[in-house]
Amino acid sequence: MSIFPPEKRIWWKEPIERSEILWIVIALVWSLIMFVMMPYWHIAGEQNLSNEAYRIRPEVFAERTEAMAEKYTVREEGDTGIPVVHPPAGSDIYMLARLWEWWPVLELEKDQTYRLHLSSMDYQHGFSLLPENINLQIHPDYEMVVTIKPNRSGEYSVVCNEFCGIGHHTMVGRIHVVDK
Amino acid sequence: MINTTNYRTCPDTGFKIDLSADKLIKWNAVSGVVFLLIGGLFGLGVALTRWPAVHLLPADWFYLALTAHGFDVLLVWIIFFEVAVLYFAGAVLLGSRLAAPKVAWLAYWMMLGGAIITNIAVLRGDSTVMFTSYVPMKAAPEFYLGIIIFAVGVLLACIVFFGTLVIAKQDKTYTGSVPLVVFGATVAAIIAVFTIAAGAIILIPTLLWSVGYVGHIDTLMYKIVWWAMGHSSQQVNVVVQISLWYALAAILFGAKPLSEKVSRTAFLLYILFLQLASVHHLLVEPGLSSEYKIFNTSYALYLAVLGSMIHGLTVPGAVEAAQRKKGYNKGLFEWLRKAPWGNPAFSGFALSVVLFGFLGGITGVMMGAEQLNIIIHNTLYVPGHFHGTVVVGTTLAFMAFSYWFVPVLWQKELVMPGIAKWQPYLFGIGMGLVSVFMMGAGTLGVPRRHWDINFSDAAMAYEFPGAAHLMMGLNGMAALVGGLGAAIFILNMVGTILWGKPKTKAAPAAEPSTDTHGAQVLASHGSAEGMSVPGTFTLAMVFLVAFVLYYFVNWKYLAGVWPLS
Repeated sequence: MSIFPPEKRIWWKEPIERSEILWIVIALVWSLIMFVMMPYWHIAGEQNLSNEAYRIRPEVFAERTEAMAEKYTVREEGDTGIPVVHPPAGSDIYMLARLWEWWPVLELEKDQTYRLHLSSMDYQHGFSLLPENINLQIHPDYEMVVTIKPNRSGEYSVVCNEFCGIGHHTMVGRIHVVDK
Repeated sequence: MINTTNYRTCPDTGFKIDLSADKLIKWNAVSGVVFLLIGGLFGLGVALTRWPAVHLLPADWFYLALTAHGFDVLLVWIIFFEVAVLYFAGAVLLGSRLAAPKVAWLAYWMMLGGAIITNIAVLRGDSTVMFTSYVPMKAAPEFYLGIIIFAVGVLLACIVFFGTLVIAKQDKTYTGSVPLVVFGATVAAIIAVFTIAAGAIILIPTLLWSVGYVGHIDTLMYKIVWWAMGHSSQQVNVVVQISLWYALAAILFGAKPLSEKVSRTAFLLYILFLQLASVHHLLVEPGLSSEYKIFNTSYALYLAVLGSMIHGLTVPGAVEAAQRKKGYNKGLFEWLRKAPWGNPAFSGFALSVVLFGFLGGITGVMMGAEQLNIIIHNTLYVPGHFHGTVVVGTTLAFMAFSYWFVPVLWQKELVMPGIAKWQPYLFGIGMGLVSVFMMGAGTLGVPRRHWDINFSDAAMAYEFPGAAHLMMGLNGMAALVGGLGAAIFILNMVGTILWGKPKTKAAPAAEPSTDTHGAQVLASHGSAEGMSVPGTFTLAMVFLVAFVLYYFVNWKYLAGVWPLS
């Protein structure tokens, strides 16, 4: 019994029962399939995160974001007057996270690719693009670059899903995807 | 040193119990249950706040309660109970004296003191940083200090356990190899030492940073090292829980492992491959390469997952083999139908095995795949998953074990034996549904650690689908059911210890299938060799099919989102 020492002193020479061996083989094969799925998706799948990231000071990232906003703002939105930025297709676009907003609002064209740069000005934040349910972790001092290709038009929200203080639940941003 | 240890002999099991170990096991287990109560109440507050129609707590209290809930149940309750299990495995199962009882008491008071200090820091309101305390969000120094003191206490307890193993070996209190359950406990203690080392490496600098002696802590480095503690500590839970599964199978059925070799190797796979993993929590983080993420998060080709899948067969397989030897041989499942479903020690154990596998295991492996994590990270799916592991897996296994262990150790009758029959179902099904509804809401994007998914104070809002609100409501109701189950457990245990009648006969949970007739029924092999377990194998295949389907369904979901590269 499992609460007493094995009755056979030389337990490591006992034969293993057949169904046990069979299960071990099946489980091992399944484990390897699951392992292979990840490299396979890097080759054949369309949803992979780039490994592109940089160390960056928050003020530098803010400068770049503001420069983009200054150039391509098309209108303002909502009570807060947050700028809506429509950058050219294929360009580098920026969204910064800070207590408690995602800035600015982006307007993107459907089926175009963009290099999205993300970073935080203060705490860690969670970039949760809804209703797609794409989730990325945003750090201060790190700039993450991910190439996105919005393939459906509509209004998307960016909800913060990393706890970032008492106003965390008010931190919502916006991305519009428009037909060209 | 002159051995002045006093022993008593357990009338139910015949175990020789060192009196100082006896007392330490009791104090650690009871302290754990007290923190289960405290942490459980915080958890109930969280669940009722996330129920949109109730929305119980204001935002600051919600985040405070969530921080306290994570610390008190995930860390304090589980680890106090685990220390009790270590002493039980080391001293009682090996019939040895406990090494250095004074150090064990120091460990106990440090754990208790540390837990209280951190709780005070959280309740004061200046350390609402969540259990994970990601920098650069800063808690009061006492928050980190309490955790460090607690961890040093745990380290001392592990050392006492290792010392006990050495003493038992020297005193020849057993012959041959240690029992499988003690082997499992040893594996747990080894992983615990690694866990605590990782914790020291990250929490001591963070404490100094919080006091002002260290200027900057890198946010990414913090998470890698913090999770080397945080994730490994969950592996300790898994190992202890599986050891108790084997213990319950032996106690309730006189079951032997199908093969000592296979079960012990599966435990060894944990030591070799579990602890390197911390990157499950950093799969969508900037600055780590995909190669590193894939290797680390898969525990090197999923070899530790293989270990868990093996236990998933061998634990119920041991029960099946024992039942078949007793003559429950009809068809595939007579052994299971004729199991003592009215005995809470068994029903809790059985539910723990099934729910841990289906709710905790499958989902954890799925969301640990590098790319799949994109559609899961930090959504409510994540707490849904780990309520499937640590609540309906670990906590339920601990409850099941308590139904045997409390009446036997205290030599008292359960005060509410009737309602105890229902308790594992109430708790297991209630908390199982909590897990399911949280995961369901998570797949719709509902964030974890979030006070208000209606965004009533926000400048911009996102409107979640009606199903998300429905699931949050159902989650609240399920938490009430599960909470009732937990309350009954705590009342029953505390009542038994305080007011239970002295035991006259063996508690039903302690059916002494131990050595007397157990040994006669079973052949004299060290393992239940040569016994085929077709029923368990069939159940394992059902599990595998569910696993494979669920895994690939999620790849299909992933394939539907915006292309990312």
